[in-house]
Amino acid sequence: MSMLRPAALLALVLGSGAAMAQSPGLGAKITEADIAPWDISILPDGTGLPAGSGTAAQGAPIFAAKCAMCHGEGAKGTPAAAALVGAPPLTGGIETTKTIANFWGYSTTAFDFIRRAMPFQAPRSLTNDEVYALVAYLFALNKLIPENEVVNAKTLPLVKMPNRDGFIIRFPERI
Amino acid sequence: MEKFEPVAANGLLDRRAFLRGSTALAAAVTGYTLTKAASAEPLADAPWSREIGSATPSVQTPSRFEKPVVRTLSNPNNEPRNSHARTPHQLLQGTVTPASLHFTINHGGIPDIDPGQHKLVIHGMVRQPIVFTVESLSRYPMVSRMAFVECGGNSAPMFSPEPIQATAQALHGLVSSSEWTGVPLAVLLDEAGVDPKAKWFVAEGADSPALSRSIPLKKGLDDAMVALYQNGERLMPGNGYPMRLLLPGYEGNMNVKFLRRIKLIDQPAMSYYESRTYSQLLPGGKAYRFYFLQEVKSFITHPSFGHALKGPGFYEISGVAYSGTGRIAKVLVSADGGKSWGEAALQEPVLPKAFTRFRMPWRWDGRPVILQSRAWDEAGNVQPLRAEFVAQRGETKKPPNPLAFPNQHYNSLTSWAVDAKGEVKHVYA
Repeated sequence: MSMLRPAALLALVLGSGAAMAQSPGLGAKITEADIAPWDISILPDGTGLPAGSGTAAQGAPIFAAKCAMCHGEGAKGTPAAAALVGAPPLTGGIETTKTIANFWGYSTTAFDFIRRAMPFQAPRSLTNDEVYALVAYLFALNKLIPENEVVNAKTLPLVKMPNRDGFIIRFPERI
Repeated sequence: MEKFEPVAANGLLDRRAFLRGSTALAAAVTGYTLTKAASAEPLADAPWSREIGSATPSVQTPSRFEKPVVRTLSNPNNEPRNSHARTPHQLLQGTVTPASLHFTINHGGIPDIDPGQHKLVIHGMVRQPIVFTVESLSRYPMVSRMAFVECGGNSAPMFSPEPIQATAQALHGLVSSSEWTGVPLAVLLDEAGVDPKAKWFVAEGADSPALSRSIPLKKGLDDAMVALYQNGERLMPGNGYPMRLLLPGYEGNMNVKFLRRIKLIDQPAMSYYESRTYSQLLPGGKAYRFYFLQEVKSFITHPSFGHALKGPGFYEISGVAYSGTGRIAKVLVSADGGKSWGEAALQEPVLPKAFTRFRMPWRWDGRPVILQSRAWDEAGNVQPLRAEFVAQRGETKKPPNPLAFPNQHYNSLTSWAVDAKGEVKHVYA
């Protein structure tokens, strides 16, 4: 009795891997230049960070105007959205609020997420300078960078996040 | 009359009652139904049997008597935060979740996508960036498979130090199972020509937060699919219309909906959701990163919280079991809080990374019992007992809001206590 299981059958259809896969070839060619407006992924080493810069002083009024209605004055949080300042110790229980300062492993995540998803009601409406300024404002509030630091494509990846080494890869064999 | 051997305490019966067919099953049931049948009233034609019924609709909806069978909503007024809709497991049977009742979590509402204008681009570390339309993808050879999708935060109320009195829907409603049809991602990646140095890809949606996740290329070349259909019809809007990534067995958030972009990269992007939300905190202060897998799990749906048993007699205990690793191999059921166990019947076909319905015949004697299920998968993984699980993963200090996600990836047991009145409560045992 050796009925092929569906997975084995699929493997036969596809060959042993992607290299063997048959494709009708209906994908249209496109250039990276034409994809650029959608290509908003930032990697931890800074790949993808755009030109532009910002400081905490520039970020404060932008935060007050566009973010504080949910995240609260001084990023202290409201019932609608979590606080973005503060770093409760991670040993305080499994439900401890994970913040930028106590948890995030990489600084670039902040630029990537703010630019793609914020403000909630108007995502991708901020200029790159505004995003850099907001990152500078939040990082300075959390004492991750000096008050007057200029955040740009060069400086942002260098910010060392306190919890960088706080992680265990769950299933290394799956990566 | 065939005799039924108990297989475990408090009335659990031999599962072969089902495998031997209806004669045997009838024997188990009739002993408790004859008394009532003898006092029944003479039959009469009901009004609906004596008049012409309603017109036939173009799209069917359930009977008006099934109105309670709905998803529960965390954010019905679409306030500026995410929205959850949970599947009513305690009111469903079988292994297929109706598309209309499939759970959803959306992080910026449901986009109203015109399929004629939607595009999927594959780029980054590839030989040739390419772009697809719904129409061009629909011409590819397709595959269909059953697969569950489960939120990494499903069952989060189970981290409470006290059992939260809530339905299977409220506790476990962020998992559903469907037949998905679409194009193997490996075919599309091959067409673009993957650079051997690529190790990950970013998948991104066309929803307002452009939700993105980093996914190991290994999974993309394994059983990943760009899904276009759900249970035979186009995807529901809340499930990713017109196309979504399906990563069988991996946490729901990675199965990116409204899929519009795949970028091959050599390192994970450390997006918000992998960096923060789905990296779960452990009791010592460290956190798991790249959990991905939805591990072996089961829970009893019948009977469960909110049900009331109408007196002693025969009932079927049933529930769902699933594992992100593969097929379910075995489900044991207990009616005495885990002291004795009997093996449940598994409804065929038992498919990998999909719901498997388990069933156990049960003759309730009317005394209090505690029902539990425990599943094993074909790789030998077993659902951890609660004490083991809590020792490793911890509990919250106080009972959390049942809609909150204090932690992730709960896959331990669920226990339902049936009291002498037949009411079902949630307990830890």
